[in-house]
Amino acid sequence: MKSHYYLLFQGAKRRRDLRGFKQTGQDKLELMSRYSRHILLSGVGQEGQDKLSQASVLVVGAGGLGCPVLQYLAAAGIGTLGIIDFDLVEISNLQRQILFGTSSLGINKALAAKTRLEDLNPEIEIKAYPEQLTPDNAIDLFKAYDIIVDGTDNFATRYLINDAAVLSNKPVVYGAIYKFEGQVSVFNYKNGPSYRCLFPNPPKEGSVANCSEVGVLGVLPGIIGSMQANETLKMILDFDHVLSGKLFCFDAKTSQTTTIDISRSETQFNKVKANKFKEQHYAFSCETAVSEISTTALSEKEPVQFIDVREHHEQPKVSLTNCIQIPLGELKQELDQINTNINTIIFCKSGLRSKTAVALLKEHNIDHCYSLKGGVSALIEYLKINAYER
Amino acid sequence: MKLNIKYFGLLAEVTGCNQEVIAFSEASVSELLTVLFKKYPNLEDKDFQVAQNQKIVSKDTILSEHEIALLPPFSGG
Repeated sequence: MKSHYYLLFQGAKRRRDLRGFKQTGQDKLELMSRYSRHILLSGVGQEGQDKLSQASVLVVGAGGLGCPVLQYLAAAGIGTLGIIDFDLVEISNLQRQILFGTSSLGINKALAAKTRLEDLNPEIEIKAYPEQLTPDNAIDLFKAYDIIVDGTDNFATRYLINDAAVLSNKPVVYGAIYKFEGQVSVFNYKNGPSYRCLFPNPPKEGSVANCSEVGVLGVLPGIIGSMQANETLKMILDFDHVLSGKLFCFDAKTSQTTTIDISRSETQFNKVKANKFKEQHYAFSCETAVSEISTTALSEKEPVQFIDVREHHEQPKVSLTNCIQIPLGELKQELDQINTNINTIIFCKSGLRSKTAVALLKEHNIDHCYSLKGGVSALIEYLKINAYER
Repeated sequence: MKLNIKYFGLLAEVTGCNQEVIAFSEASVSELLTVLFKKYPNLEDKDFQVAQNQKIVSKDTILSEHEIALLPPFSGG
């Protein structure tokens, strides 16, 4: 019988072989079956499949767009797939984020996606980064990949991705959605335009609705994400007609499509290169908007911890075992009391101090915090109705 | 001349229509926008780009064609 270590070695060897090393006859046969529909396709063939297995792609955001992108790229046999996402899977994600099931609830999205994709295709290498993309890690991360896919849900990260991609000279496959409509383009590819050539600056604060408050037809990110996967494959396979210099617009309601020409603006490239990247402030729009939650959405966030930021003398008292009291003035000194692995619901009397508390925690890189709308009275009402016991 | 104006995303909600035809004498993009801002005051604080016959144009471009599109950035994903 072959030892455990032998099998591990065989697995590692198979992945290595995929990326251009010598393959055994059996390995080859298995891979030819897995990718036979690509190999049969004129324009792809074994040569194209080899290009895919030697390519590396980083997907930023494993949400509505990231899930279909990752699913098709993993199935296609992209040699190295990176996934970066700091967020946790919530029940409201499952309507469109098709890599996750109820068993993934509460788990980091990058890690949950990796688990699912390893089952889909164990022949490729999948790297999960359960963290936020920041000016500190973006450039080094981008340098390790051939292509970056933008599957984020906020302007701050979209501009961060653009600037890091310009500085590291990597193409970006852009996708974005709003309710029933989607946009797709490829930026920074073979001297084509960048995201800033289309939209030079982030929208004025408040002019675009907060991302988490806008509904979306579940299938739409599936369509737009699949188009992003398609553009990624086209670049790796050296196809003509990559969607560079063009903005593809799709309306799911009318099935109408529009393609708009975009020109390259050297000014926008030069601006990015002249700015001190690491000193840029990318936390605007959705990032700075304090996340509020109403009691009706609380069950979606389980498991949670509550933090009462009222003063010790304030009434009424709330007795919950998963609740700690830290008056707002003391919060900064008591950060280590907060469990950063689960969602944090902060409340006060009316919902004002709790907003300040959320902003303060975000400043200290503590995410997944929500200010409870309506404060303590809304919470007590909720506990009564739900006979909430801890 | 008549301009066929298409509104995308949020802009269609602001104007209450996906597209409309506006009679307009030859002028620049910014002059067209002045007319549209008067008609739809809430449009003024929105961010968007203008395309003429499927090509993004600057604010000082003189409009000569019929197909105009107002495109806002989308953030969702």
